[in-house]
Amino acid sequence: MEPAIEIVGVTKRFRRHTEPNKSIKERLLYFRKNEVKEFDALHDIDLEVAQGETIGLLGHNGSGKSTLLKCIAGTIRPTSGEIRVRGRMAAMLELGAGFHPDLTGRENVFLNGSILGFSREHVTRIFDEIVAFAELEEFIDQQVKYYSSGMYARLGFAVAVNLEPDVLLVDEVLAVGDENFQRKCLERVRRFQTEGRTIVLVTHSPDQVIQLCDRALVLDHGHSLHVGDTAEAVRVFRHALHASSGSTDPVLAEAAAAAAGGALRIAGATATADDGSDTVQPGDGVTIELRYVAADLVPSARARIVITTHDGVQMLNASTFDLLGHDLEALDGAGSVRFRIDRLPFLDGSYRVGLVLQDPSETFQYDQDLEACTFDVFSGRPIIGRVELDIEVEHSTGQRTP
Amino acid sequence: MTAATPERHEPSARRSHYEVRENRTVAPGFLQRGRRIWEYRELLGSLTRRELKIKYKDSILGFLWTLLNPLLYLVVFSIVFAVLLRTDVPLYGVFLLSGLLAWTMFSTGVTGATISITGNGPLVQKVWFPREILPLSAIGAALINFFFQFVVLVIALVVFQRAPAWEYLPLLIPALAVTVLWSAALGIVLSAVNVHYRDVQHFLELVFLAWFWLTPIVYQFDLVGDLLAERGITDRLAMLNPMIPVVTTFQRVIYNPTHEIGTQAAANFDFLLGRSGMWYLENLAISGAMAAVVLVIGVKIFGKLEADLGEEL
Repeated sequence: MEPAIEIVGVTKRFRRHTEPNKSIKERLLYFRKNEVKEFDALHDIDLEVAQGETIGLLGHNGSGKSTLLKCIAGTIRPTSGEIRVRGRMAAMLELGAGFHPDLTGRENVFLNGSILGFSREHVTRIFDEIVAFAELEEFIDQQVKYYSSGMYARLGFAVAVNLEPDVLLVDEVLAVGDENFQRKCLERVRRFQTEGRTIVLVTHSPDQVIQLCDRALVLDHGHSLHVGDTAEAVRVFRHALHASSGSTDPVLAEAAAAAAGGALRIAGATATADDGSDTVQPGDGVTIELRYVAADLVPSARARIVITTHDGVQMLNASTFDLLGHDLEALDGAGSVRFRIDRLPFLDGSYRVGLVLQDPSETFQYDQDLEACTFDVFSGRPIIGRVELDIEVEHSTGQRTP
Repeated sequence: MTAATPERHEPSARRSHYEVRENRTVAPGFLQRGRRIWEYRELLGSLTRRELKIKYKDSILGFLWTLLNPLLYLVVFSIVFAVLLRTDVPLYGVFLLSGLLAWTMFSTGVTGATISITGNGPLVQKVWFPREILPLSAIGAALINFFFQFVVLVIALVVFQRAPAWEYLPLLIPALAVTVLWSAALGIVLSAVNVHYRDVQHFLELVFLAWFWLTPIVYQFDLVGDLLAERGITDRLAMLNPMIPVVTTFQRVIYNPTHEIGTQAAANFDFLLGRSGMWYLENLAISGAMAAVVLVIGVKIFGKLEADLGEEL
């Protein structure tokens, strides 16, 4: 059987103007001064994806995984190399991309379907299924500008998966919506797999790769580090992550983040226990610091912190809005957000800290790192569970029934 | 993959429709682009509908606004030119609209097309489809609007009991085709250039303002024709403005100055009346040929700029 996707020697070179000059006048004025930096967002990538296979593209921020996905989707053209995709493809690079706020849900479903290349007749046939999946029966004839961000995401996902493409491209979108919807998405992705459809999943969550993928490609600074077995991929990915964070000079990291573009980026994160290590005694405090870089002034944003156990249970998922009652304001240049947890009631284990920078409506994410840093809780006691409970144990003995 | 799978999906490779999509270094050629657009014609229709729907969303009169615009022109210009300026063009409002509607289609089409890619940033960054669809849908919307506004003109003809020039009527088809061709030729290339240089959309406003007054819409082509004739220059030279063949054709057919023959006003239309259908057709052919050349070059430039559209936005 012919492969669903063939990627041969794909390189994507970006030219970054140090300051994007958008008008002719500015371009003429700064023609010489404007230094142009070239870098390879992707360097000579080869990949073959078999039909029915689920492949994960794993890498940290700026590794080129999203660029590769965009090349597969066709929204950007590689500088050299070739990509061939067989079959009908639906790209979920962003849920509800192409929804127009002034149109109703119904109109947007049809529009989105035709944007993804499916006929009106095809969409009509599966329209009810889409609406049912999104659980929006009552709201489908309302303009989507009145939708909540969750409803918006649900409809976007419902359109893309119910169109039943042969090849589905997914970019981190499984991380949106409430828990219920996330589970539903995952179930749908699983059904997709059993139906023999091809999925390309971009993620920086090793767990998702292990759970969902048959194979994985690990990218680091545009280079392919590993293609194949998922367990090995996760090991390579972790290693690359440590290698890059180990040598991180904060100034360099921030410059790199700024160069990667985008208004607001996560430049780094650390979790520090009160004694300065990354191992916390139960009941001790821990400080999680998120460092960000804003290329331009961002008037307001939200930072979200998600702490999960190694087996994926969320111990905490809260935004700065939830915690402070207002949003972060006037983010400009380099800055940091510190989350200080006074007494950490977790039991022994290693914990992952995910950080997300999003806009106040929570429809748009500036940047996210689902494994921004980690910390361990270690007491040495053999108690199993999640949280430290204040347990009093009383024992009485010596009573006998007469 | 479990054996218990109830119904295994058949990849479209084994259906009648087998699509291989390629993304490679080389931009696709002109004909391949044409084929792709044809494959995505349904999207072109959807986006055109979207343009029209959004324009008057949440307004009470909705689509009626499209009709009120030419109606207002008809009334206001009739009053100003016929009553105040005492023009010797009878039924001045009808004369104006005959040329104006085609011009409006052209200028709103090109303007809409120019901002179509920058205005659909998220879409262009996230989903692939032939990018030309965006400028073409803006032009499509302008064309549909034209037809609606044309209804107003037809009603005006009925009200004033003025028949169009039936024998010249078929000329409207090539005239419309040339207008659409020019809109596409300019709109496609400008939509991509505007992503890199936002000056284009502002510059365009000025260009269209000058171009409008350089086209005989408010005044008669005779004024231009006489000017050239005095200097012994052929009136073909005026056709360097590619909208003149379109506008004069519309005026000849719709306004139909035949009605003025024998009156004093006929002197205003010596040129339009004195030319055969062939003259109009040849002018349109010249204009169309120029448009075709611009279109081919424009699409070539578009192909080059298209590679990084998603990044430059």
